[in-house]
Amino acid sequence: MGTRELLGQVRMQDPELTVATAPQSDSTEGAVAAAAAPPASLQRPTRSLFAYPITGPLFALIVIFVVFSLTTSTFMNAGNISLIAQQSVVIGTLALGQTLIILVSGIDLADGAIMVLGTVVAGSIASHGDAVLAMALGFVACIVVASINGLVIARFRLPPFIATLGMFTIIAAAARLYSQSRSFPVTSDLLSVLGSGPEFGTVAVTYGTMLWVALTLVLGYALNETPWGVRVYAIGNSPIAARLNGVNVTRVVFSVYALAGVFYAFAAWQALGRTPIADPSGYQIANLDSITAVVIGGTSLFGGRGGVAGTFIGTLIVVALKNGLTQAGIDSLYQQIATGALVMLAVGADQYLGRGHRA
Amino acid sequence: MTPVFAADPSLAMQAIGLTKHYGQVVGMEGADFELARGEILAVVGDNGAGKSTLIKALAGALIPDSGQVYVDGEPVRFSSPLDARLVGIETVYQELALATQLDITQNMFLGREMRKPGVLGSVLRQLDKKRMRQQAAEQMHNLGIRVQSIRQAIETLSGGQRQAVAVARAAAWGRKVVILDEPTAALGVRETHQVLDLIRRVREHGLSVVLISHSMPEVFAIADRIHIHRLGRRAAIVSPKTTVMSDVVAVMTGALPSDAVVSAALAPAGAPDF
Repeated sequence: MGTRELLGQVRMQDPELTVATAPQSDSTEGAVAAAAAPPASLQRPTRSLFAYPITGPLFALIVIFVVFSLTTSTFMNAGNISLIAQQSVVIGTLALGQTLIILVSGIDLADGAIMVLGTVVAGSIASHGDAVLAMALGFVACIVVASINGLVIARFRLPPFIATLGMFTIIAAAARLYSQSRSFPVTSDLLSVLGSGPEFGTVAVTYGTMLWVALTLVLGYALNETPWGVRVYAIGNSPIAARLNGVNVTRVVFSVYALAGVFYAFAAWQALGRTPIADPSGYQIANLDSITAVVIGGTSLFGGRGGVAGTFIGTLIVVALKNGLTQAGIDSLYQQIATGALVMLAVGADQYLGRGHRA
Repeated sequence: MTPVFAADPSLAMQAIGLTKHYGQVVGMEGADFELARGEILAVVGDNGAGKSTLIKALAGALIPDSGQVYVDGEPVRFSSPLDARLVGIETVYQELALATQLDITQNMFLGREMRKPGVLGSVLRQLDKKRMRQQAAEQMHNLGIRVQSIRQAIETLSGGQRQAVAVARAAAWGRKVVILDEPTAALGVRETHQVLDLIRRVREHGLSVVLISHSMPEVFAIADRIHIHRLGRRAAIVSPKTTVMSDVVAVMTGALPSDAVVSAALAPAGAPDF
């Protein structure tokens, strides 16, 4: 029995079992605390909140900034930088939800359409009703639709690509039917508040920009510092391993899609801050833009690798590239070609690296 | 129908008359099982003998049509692997069940992560990474497993090290029984020896080990007793000290009747054929 008890002291506490053996847990913690200094391997500097290589995307972003600073006279100034941040908020917020989904090896082609539905629901109700109610219902619409995606993908095992492609078509049409293809100018201060914010000369730091940064930090925390985050990465890495270790894969995947809906709702709010018009035919390629931002930011389409810091930088890359090309007077069609080439490059790198890692 | 049967409380685990049919296919037919405390029990059998069906029933991964499983003499009914886990039975599956991109600590605690005490843990749900790393490092140290860092991703480890991590995880959480499904199947000679040493250390720590294996030399090197499975049931349970390898293989393949070898069973065999 002696050795058994000894092992019992160092044996990990199962959270489900700790309840039953609560009196013992104190002594266990005491034993751990009293144990000899941990091996050197433990004393390495703590990995940062965003523990994965973002050096590639960061380098690309710096290159873009250097090139446009040298080739245009209008790119590198505080006013334009704050404009890039403002131009980033809609795609950037959508891309946070998209990141979550891609981390569990999913994909969401409907994110832009869900966001547009959110703007149309909020805008139409606000046009002859209470703004708070309008915003609440806009959030509900986004979360409900995203949760339906989650249900069919997590519970009924539809391939995410097909499920969200179907939802994309349905929601885009539904938003038009609901609004009778009209757009709704938004006059409510609440709905358009994210477009405003303190100004310092030419520099405007909008509440939308602040919200985007805050949402990125919150999601980064959830992914890196909570059990849920570890499970998201584990599922993206190997759903079988996650399941065999007692992770409720269905529930976590559902939570990912539903939570993405919350980000789409915030993106809808951001969109009304950027342009105070709820237009059912707006943001038609926002889905591709968001996927581009995620992939360029280094999150793997295979799942399990990447995170929100990369997506933040990836969004800035996509937006800064468009902004810079505009400043350089280059046709917007060439801008699309550049973005398309960039996403192919990023996916190619992902495939190449992925092959190297997977046995 | 309640079996008139007194389970042996001195056994870590026992099963009587387990039966499982998949349509016309018989997975198990009245299979008995017994595992003493602190022993390494090898389970051998030809392909298709139903070893994995038996193991799954013991690990809660499938529900037998009939028969009864006992843990420490108490009847148990597992409806999922989680149930088995909660009574202290951990399984290392053949497919390893490690998330290769996560690090050793994250894998050790996957699905059972620790949170910080107080508000940080309860409201903000913050992981207690430091405590988990400490315990993971201690567990690895206790079992004599050497890796550069417990923060290494599994994909940077060798096959033997990966298997060691999987065994260490099972040993850390399993309070009674660790079931290992062919843990050395994919390993080289040296790594196999390391994993076998590790299994012995797990036994020294007071756990009972069920080892499914295809390798007779390995079984004879490590097992205290050998459970021979044939045609969906236990044909015999023997000791490697009193039975030679060729006889075990003969019983396994049916070349030798099961009563031709010396039984090492501790408990009387269970219910007769149904």
